[in-house]
Amino acid sequence: MGPLIGNDRAAAQDVYAADRRGKRNTARYIAVFLSFFVLLIAAVVISIRVGSVDISVKEIFHIIFTGDPENKVAYNVIWKIRLPRLALAALLGGALSLSGFLIQTFFRNPIAGPFVLGVSSGAKMFLAVTTIAMNGIFGSMPLSVTVIASFAGSLLSLLVVLAFTGRVKNMSVLLVIGIMISYICSAVTDLLINFANESEIVNLTHWSMGSFSAATWQDVKISAFIVFPALLFAFLLSKPMGAYLLGEGYAHSLGVNVKPFRVLLILITGVLSACVAAFAGPISFVGIAVPHIVRQLLKTTKPILMIPASFLCGALFCVLCDLAARSLFSPAELSISTVTSAIGAPIVIWLMISRRRKNDI
Amino acid sequence: MTSENTAPKLRLDSLTVGYNGKPLISDISLSLRKGEIISLIGPNGAGKSTVLKSITRHIAAISGTVYLDEKNMKTIGGKETAQKLAAVLTDRVKPDLMSCFEFVSAGRYPYTGSFGMLTAHDKEVVLSALEKVNALDIADRDISQISDGQRQRVLLARAICQEPEVIVLDEPTSFLDIRHKIELLDILSDMAKKGGISVIMSLHEIDLAERISDRIVCVKGDRIAAFGTPEEIFSDGTLRELYEINSGSFNALLGNIELKAPRGEIKCFVIGGGGYGVPFYRALQKRGVPFAAGILQKNDLDTAVALPLAQTAVTAAPYSAPTEDEIAEAKRLIDAAGTVIDCGCPSGEYNRYNAELIKYAEDNGKTVIRSLYGLSEAEL
Repeated sequence: MGPLIGNDRAAAQDVYAADRRGKRNTARYIAVFLSFFVLLIAAVVISIRVGSVDISVKEIFHIIFTGDPENKVAYNVIWKIRLPRLALAALLGGALSLSGFLIQTFFRNPIAGPFVLGVSSGAKMFLAVTTIAMNGIFGSMPLSVTVIASFAGSLLSLLVVLAFTGRVKNMSVLLVIGIMISYICSAVTDLLINFANESEIVNLTHWSMGSFSAATWQDVKISAFIVFPALLFAFLLSKPMGAYLLGEGYAHSLGVNVKPFRVLLILITGVLSACVAAFAGPISFVGIAVPHIVRQLLKTTKPILMIPASFLCGALFCVLCDLAARSLFSPAELSISTVTSAIGAPIVIWLMISRRRKNDI
Repeated sequence: MTSENTAPKLRLDSLTVGYNGKPLISDISLSLRKGEIISLIGPNGAGKSTVLKSITRHIAAISGTVYLDEKNMKTIGGKETAQKLAAVLTDRVKPDLMSCFEFVSAGRYPYTGSFGMLTAHDKEVVLSALEKVNALDIADRDISQISDGQRQRVLLARAICQEPEVIVLDEPTSFLDIRHKIELLDILSDMAKKGGISVIMSLHEIDLAERISDRIVCVKGDRIAAFGTPEEIFSDGTLRELYEINSGSFNALLGNIELKAPRGEIKCFVIGGGGYGVPFYRALQKRGVPFAAGILQKNDLDTAVALPLAQTAVTAAPYSAPTEDEIAEAKRLIDAAGTVIDCGCPSGEYNRYNAELIKYAEDNGKTVIRSLYGLSEAEL
C-alpha cells in the first residue's frame, strides 16, 4: 500500500498546486486590468493637457466636472476639440483591437489583422468612386459623405466575404479570398486615381493616412452606437469562442453550432473595423499588436478576459499614439498610422522573440 | 442485468458514409454496448476516419441512422450530444498560451453556463480527468510545450471531462512510441472496464487492436470486410486479405510480422528449436540468403517463423521425435547446403536427432557455424 499512499499524496499536492495557480492567475488578471485603467486615466489627463493651448490639470478638472465656461478658450478647446478627439481615439482604438482579437481567434493565427478581410480596401474603393462622383456632380465632397461612403464600402466587401464564409470548408481559403478582394479593390482604386484630378482625391489620401483630427461629438455618438453593441455581442460569444480556440473539429464536437458562429464572428469583426475605417481611416497595426501585447500580459487566451482587456488596451494605445501624433512634431501633425506602426511593429517583434526564447528553455 | 445496461450505447443502422454525397462505405450496421471497445482496422485510406467522422457528425451521413442511447442523433441537439459523446480527433491543436488544465476544462463546455465559467464541481471533474490519464503533473504546462505522448493523454482527458457514455477516437496511438501506445491503451481499457465508457476507435496497430478490442471492424475501402471478435478476425486469411499482404507475412496469433522471404537455391541449413532459430532466420532474411530449417516440432516457437521465411522447413509432429523419413529429408537438405548453422538449442528427448544432424554435417565436411555476427552473404 506504500506507493499508493504516495500517489494519493502527490495527487493532493497537485490539487493544491492547481488551486494556488488559480489564485496567482486571478491576481495577475486584476493587476493587468487595474494598470490599464490607471494608465488610461493618466493618458486621458495628459492628452487633454497637452496641445497648443496650455491648460493646467486643475483647470481641466474644473472645466470637465463643473462644466463652467469661465475660461472660454480653454472650455472650447477641451469640449469641442480635445475631448471628442480623445473619446473617438479611445473608442475606435478599442474597437480596432477587439476586432483584431476576434479575427485572430477566427483564423487561430496571431498575425491576422482586422483589415485582412478586405474591409479597408473595399472602403477605399467605394470612397474613391464616391469622391469622384460627388466632385463631378456637386463639385465638393462633404466629410459626412466620406464617412458614409467608407462605411458602405467596408460593408460591401464584408458581404462578399460573408457569402463565402458559409461555403468554404478550409478557413485559410477565406483568408486568401479576403486578400484577393483587397487586391481587386486596390486595382479599381488605382485605376480611378489614375484618371482623377490630384485635387479631387485629396480627401482620399487624407483618409488613407488615418487621423482622429476632425473628430466631433456626432462621430463619437455614432461610433459608440456601433461599437458598444458589437462589444456586447462579442461578450455573448465568448464561450463558443473559447471552444473555437481548440479548432473547429473540437468546437463542433463540444456542441458549438459552427456555421452561424463563424458568420457572427466575421460580422462583428467586420462591423467594428468598418466603423474604424469610416471615422478614422485604415489605422494599421493596432489590431495586430494590441491583442498580442494583452495576451502576453495576461498569459492566457480566454476570450472572456481577452475581450475587455483588448478593448481597454486598444483604447489606451490609440489615445497615447494620437497624443504622440499631434504633439511630437507640433504644430505639424503626423498621421495616426505612422505612430501606431512605428510603435506597434517593434513591440510585436520584441514580444515574439522573447516568447520564443522562453519556449526554448 | 436490466435492459438499460444491455441496450446499445451507440448503434449504426445501415449507415452509408462518404464525402460530398458520394458513398464510400455502404450499409454499416453495428452496435456498441456499455463498456465495450470496438476498433476499426484497415489499410490507409480505407475510410476508418470517414466512418468515425460520420458518427461524430463532422461529416453528414449519406443515408442510414446513428442512434446514441437509442435516440436518433439527427434529432438531438449539440449540447445533449456533447454530454453523451466525446471525440479525440486527429486535428492538430496548438492553441497559444493555454495550459493543459484550461485545455481539458474546455470539455466542460456542454455543462457550463452562458459565459463558460467553471464551478468548483467542474474543476474537480477536470482534475479527476487529468488524474485518470496520469497527467496531473503537467496540468500547469502550456499545451504547446508537451510531448506527443502527453498531448494524446491530455486530449483524452478533455474527452473524459465531457463525462460521456461513448468516446470516439481517431488514430489515438499514431505518432506515439511503443511505451506511450501501451500506456494510452491501458488507460482506455480501464476507462471502459471500470468506468463503463464505451469506446469506438480506429487503430493502425492490428496487434494492439487484437489485445484491447472486444470486437473488431475491418474497413476496406468500399465496404466492411469483416466484423467480429478478435478471435474471429485474427484467424485464417482475413487480415492478409484485408491488407492485401502479398509479400511477407503476418502471424495473427503471435503478432509476428515477417518481411519477404528470400527464395532460390538453399545455401544453408539452420538447426534451431525453442526460439533459438528465430534470430538466425531473420538474420538470413536480411542478408537475402535462401535457407532450409529443421528439424522443428510443429508446435515449436521457431516453426511459426521458419515456415514463412525458410525455403523449406522440415517439421515433425508436435511433441514427437522426427520419423525416419523426416531425418532423411533433413540429411538430403544438409547435403545440398554449403553451410550448417547450429543455433545452440539445448538438447532433449524430442530433438536429440538434431545433435546427430550436426555431427552428420561435420563428418561430411560442411562448415558448421554458430554465430552470424559479421558474416556477409558471400561468406555463407
